[in-house]
Amino acid sequence: MTAVLRVLAPGLLTTVQDLGRPGYQSSGIPVGGALDPISLRAANALVGNAPNTGALEVAYFGPTLAVEDGEARLSFVGADAQIEILPDETATSGRRIATMRSVHLHRGEVVRIGSLTRGAVLYIAVEGGFAIAPVLGSVSTYLRGAIGGWQGRALATGDCLPLRRAEPSDRDDCEIVGLDLSPPARYRAIVGPQNDYFSAAAIETFFASDYVVSTGADRMGMRLKGPPLPHVRGFNIISDGIAPGSVQVPGNEQPIVLLADRQTVGGYPKIATVISADLPAISRMPIGAKIRFAPVSLDEAEAARRRLVAHIEELPDKIVPIRQSIGELTPRLFDCNLIGGVVDASAGAAELAELQ
Amino acid sequence: MPEVRVLPAGDTALVVEFGDHIDRRLSTWVLALARRLDEARVNGVVETVPTLRSLLVHYDPLALSADSLKERIVELMRGLQGRAQTTRHWDLPVCYDREIAPDLDSIAERAGLTPAQLVELHVATNFHVYMLGFLPGMAYLGDLPPVLAKFPRMATPRLKVPAGSLGIANTLTCIYPVDTPAGWHLIGRSPVPFFTRRPEVTTLLQPGDKVTFSPVSLREYESLMAEAAAGTLALQPIEERVGVAA
Repeated sequence: MTAVLRVLAPGLLTTVQDLGRPGYQSSGIPVGGALDPISLRAANALVGNAPNTGALEVAYFGPTLAVEDGEARLSFVGADAQIEILPDETATSGRRIATMRSVHLHRGEVVRIGSLTRGAVLYIAVEGGFAIAPVLGSVSTYLRGAIGGWQGRALATGDCLPLRRAEPSDRDDCEIVGLDLSPPARYRAIVGPQNDYFSAAAIETFFASDYVVSTGADRMGMRLKGPPLPHVRGFNIISDGIAPGSVQVPGNEQPIVLLADRQTVGGYPKIATVISADLPAISRMPIGAKIRFAPVSLDEAEAARRRLVAHIEELPDKIVPIRQSIGELTPRLFDCNLIGGVVDASAGAAELAELQ
Repeated sequence: MPEVRVLPAGDTALVVEFGDHIDRRLSTWVLALARRLDEARVNGVVETVPTLRSLLVHYDPLALSADSLKERIVELMRGLQGRAQTTRHWDLPVCYDREIAPDLDSIAERAGLTPAQLVELHVATNFHVYMLGFLPGMAYLGDLPPVLAKFPRMATPRLKVPAGSLGIANTLTCIYPVDTPAGWHLIGRSPVPFFTRRPEVTTLLQPGDKVTFSPVSLREYESLMAEAAAGTLALQPIEERVGVAA
């Protein structure tokens, strides 16, 4: 018997995602996968999973999950969130833990995740992964096509997600230290491929203005609101392929950044394309966030990608064990108001050292 | 060989643009290059996406620089001339009954035809699958005969049309593979599953396939739908060999 996570409340939009489903775009099937693959990789690394293991992607407001039929180790990486561990389903309060760490949950324990702040997505990885069959090589949920993940849809109350393990390994609970998910001042983009559909002034406006992530942002695309980007040759092009990070500008002259679940082809001119190194960072920005772009060359984009890959390779070095006693005491410090505001676990350890 | 423009779409994709209009000869080139690139198994090329008039090549810039990929594409283009290739020809049932073809009468009227004449023209057309996109398994086919190739998309899309709906707009026909919002004029519906989720995920058509439509009655449509639901609707394409236009 393996453990299961039973969904007591699904959150706003919680889906299973891995690194995506490349290779089927010529059949109209998008790549999909985690909006923020850096956070997904870090969450997997915290519980010793391979980077491409499917995890839960939480958007804006998190789920409440009960551990049943066994025990499980979960990790939480991404936006800030209130995470509370309750002793059972009927409990009204429990201990709070920080994100950026893993935690061993016992049979019957419940984890409740509230609103996300400073980011749109949070990843919950589980040691060993979910026992879910891949579709076309991936467990990513593609909502529009209703394939992959948990029955091709977002989690719903009552779902029981089977885990691959019955109980966690005896590895330590860990935290990840120094993972920087803060937004860059500007998101870098390469002009084109349809920059000839815009005046030089419109391209200048695009790179010189603040845009705001508007409602209607989803896994397919991030709608931005800001100074209009008028077309000089109309806004209908003969449909062509859509690259990750394409910034298309439809008839309303407002840009849309195309994200993980982007359609494979499209018929609006694309003024620029966000570079691959900055795509995870822009994808994790919530509604209301301010976005500003900076033009870069292909060479700069490739150098940035090289740095990102090096950063990903260093993720395991950033993971350190949390001493059990500290892990349990830190939330008590929160409760006693000994520590104000948001503190990470290492700061909690420093406080403890002083108390001792 | 047509002139091509190679444009960066960010740092992980290149657009190889063969033109800026919908043309079957351009499409043949797009598809021939796609096939050639796939066969060449160029290290660093992740996948290719043929579209109406261009090929999008997804690649990993750390395995293959944009410049080397461009060079490789130019080199492969040279070898394309006159290469014969296999395509598949599908003959697919479509019901053009006005019960399930809500725009048949209005489009026929705007084209100055009777609905029967419209259907006759549509089934007499040898369609070419230019691309798949928008939804899994959704094919864009052309070209419509000139008398039918002059109606732009509807100003207000329908909120939901059933899977198998066959739409026309401008010079193309499309088939909606799942229930979806849709902005094209609906002139028929096919019982064929173009996107299947169970027992495994499959799509029927590929870019480059040839398609003709055979009219079926509403009754035949319903019995074919029952077969499709039971998984017993057997469809076999005919393999054909065609050359690439010089």
